[in-house]
Amino acid sequence: MSDTLVEVKNLKQYFPIRVSLTRTIPLKAVDDVSFTVGRGETLGLVGESGCGKTTVGRSILRLYEPTAGEVLFDGEPVTAKNIQRMRKQMQMVFQDPYSSLDPRMTVEDIIGEPLDVHHLCSNRKERREKILELMNYVGLNSEHARRYAHEFSGGQRQRIGIARALAVDPKFIVCDEPVSALDVSIQAQVINMFEDLQEKLGVAYLFIAHDLLVVHHISRRIAVMYLGKIVEIADADELNSHPVHPYTESLLSAVPIPDPEVTRARQRILLEGDVPSPLNMPSGCAFRSRCRYATEKCAQECPALRDVGGEHFVACWNR
Amino acid sequence: MSAVSDCLLSVQDLHTSFFTDSGEVQAVNGVNFDLDRGEILGIVGESGSGKSVTAYSIMQILADTGRIVGGRILYKGEDLTTWDEKQMQQFRGRACSIIFQDPMTSLNPVFTIGNQMKEAVVLHTDKRGKVADDRVIELLELVGINEPHKRFRQYPFELSGGMRQRVMIAMALACEPDILIADEPTTALDVTIQAQILELIQALQKKMGMAVILVTHDLGVIADMCDNIVVMYGGRICERGTAREIFYNPKHEYTRGLLRSIPNVNNMKTKLIPISGTPINMLNLPKGCAFCARCDSAMKICLSEPPEELWINDEHKAACWLNVRDAMEKEGQPNE
Repeated sequence: MSDTLVEVKNLKQYFPIRVSLTRTIPLKAVDDVSFTVGRGETLGLVGESGCGKTTVGRSILRLYEPTAGEVLFDGEPVTAKNIQRMRKQMQMVFQDPYSSLDPRMTVEDIIGEPLDVHHLCSNRKERREKILELMNYVGLNSEHARRYAHEFSGGQRQRIGIARALAVDPKFIVCDEPVSALDVSIQAQVINMFEDLQEKLGVAYLFIAHDLLVVHHISRRIAVMYLGKIVEIADADELNSHPVHPYTESLLSAVPIPDPEVTRARQRILLEGDVPSPLNMPSGCAFRSRCRYATEKCAQECPALRDVGGEHFVACWNR
Repeated sequence: MSAVSDCLLSVQDLHTSFFTDSGEVQAVNGVNFDLDRGEILGIVGESGSGKSVTAYSIMQILADTGRIVGGRILYKGEDLTTWDEKQMQQFRGRACSIIFQDPMTSLNPVFTIGNQMKEAVVLHTDKRGKVADDRVIELLELVGINEPHKRFRQYPFELSGGMRQRVMIAMALACEPDILIADEPTTALDVTIQAQILELIQALQKKMGMAVILVTHDLGVIADMCDNIVVMYGGRICERGTAREIFYNPKHEYTRGLLRSIPNVNNMKTKLIPISGTPINMLNLPKGCAFCARCDSAMKICLSEPPEELWINDEHKAACWLNVRDAMEKEGQPNE
């Protein structure tokens, strides 16, 4: 299928946790995750903190060395050997615009660094022009080029981070909670910019966030994660109107909607208790400890994703 | 808005400033509102709008550089701003409690949950020893913490974020206060845990009949929880009214802008309309309307004079010159 740009196959990312002097146990941050991202498409990845959504993004770009599984970019496996070249195609925008920019570099140098690393400009003039073009893309003025990151507001810093990611002309960007640190009135500016850049440059996003309304707005498809696994993946509208997995159902019902009549008319499906520790996961389906439909089968075996029709995949025994 | 006797807390022309090295920051600039018994009042605004400082001014727990420089805060008719620290200590906890955004930093990591909660009980009631312990257990049960006897002996790090926020709420309710101030109570929590905590606050509010001031930037939470809403920007109130009026009939450009800029159920397929510009610099407040630099419909008068709050109808007030203009046009008077 040539429509597929990024294919993640059975990705596993375990971190060793030392429990005593001699013994370590694996923390299964990402456990057997598979999905695809099409060209110029946005896949939203949602879930609560600790579910592994950020780790998925980082493992794709090999900021971590995956424990198992494969990532194919345009059909070619991403390996430790070719990652330098691959990062010309795949980039990342980080959550915190305060810690992801070097405070001792000017904006020009921050955006120029990827150009230097990948030898994309032959002379200073070309480099300068490219940088100004990128700044223009993300709505920064050319006079900002010689300033330092601390001179900017949160929204502007996020723009710098996005310009840096765009510098190498990537086809795929992992956006890790890019708007959650921003003020409400600034979020829309940045969301619109992501959408405009996609229309203009045809870049695909893996958009990781916990705000379901934001994710729904920007994504074509959405994947829902719970404790290291994808439990449901479907078209954004379909997922919001017909959630199938009990976790998705309660997650959606818990989102406060900024409309008094709509939000008060809804019935919240409250989940019991907290997310279990990933070091001490329930057997079988990880969600069963909080699931109101849980049966014995759920404790014995972990359900796999299956198609319930119309590209809608769910991992649940009871649905 | 209501009969005088129902009014529990009345904030009148409150001015709070911080005196920093770079000058005076007027964080709250003439804020007025009344809180009735059993009401849930939402204060919404961005960071730096003065919503938290308003809450802290009521409790008088401002940072060292901050001071209430003008206005009155009447609690059952008595002016809190004239009270000394000792009287305020009685007020805090017994009459009015506050819960904060981050339940980790608001609990002391080196004491057990039981120990910290008992402190509040002993300080404000005459319960001691075993009786106080029982009260703590009872409070933990009230906020829906399972195995309260076990939690009593645990330290904050042993509890999850949602559980810690429950402990904070239990502690705040130790003396059954008239007012609970919740300052971004769910911002640090996940959606499903947020739903649990909001449900809990609603249930307790109904059960105990206290008034709640909910300070948040999340319009979704506000829509869900509040009877009345105050919208703040740049230390001033732009607009206030019932939830229905604010969401369906906004009369201030900032409120309108906010509602247009957030994803909602009915704008998923269309582009969001952002508010242009950046949030206001509080060190350099404009002479006129605080929002005018970002307002697309700003007029000449907006630059020079701050707008007064005007009644839109009997449940709704807004401070915007556009409403004045519209009212004048309606009356057929010449435009200014």
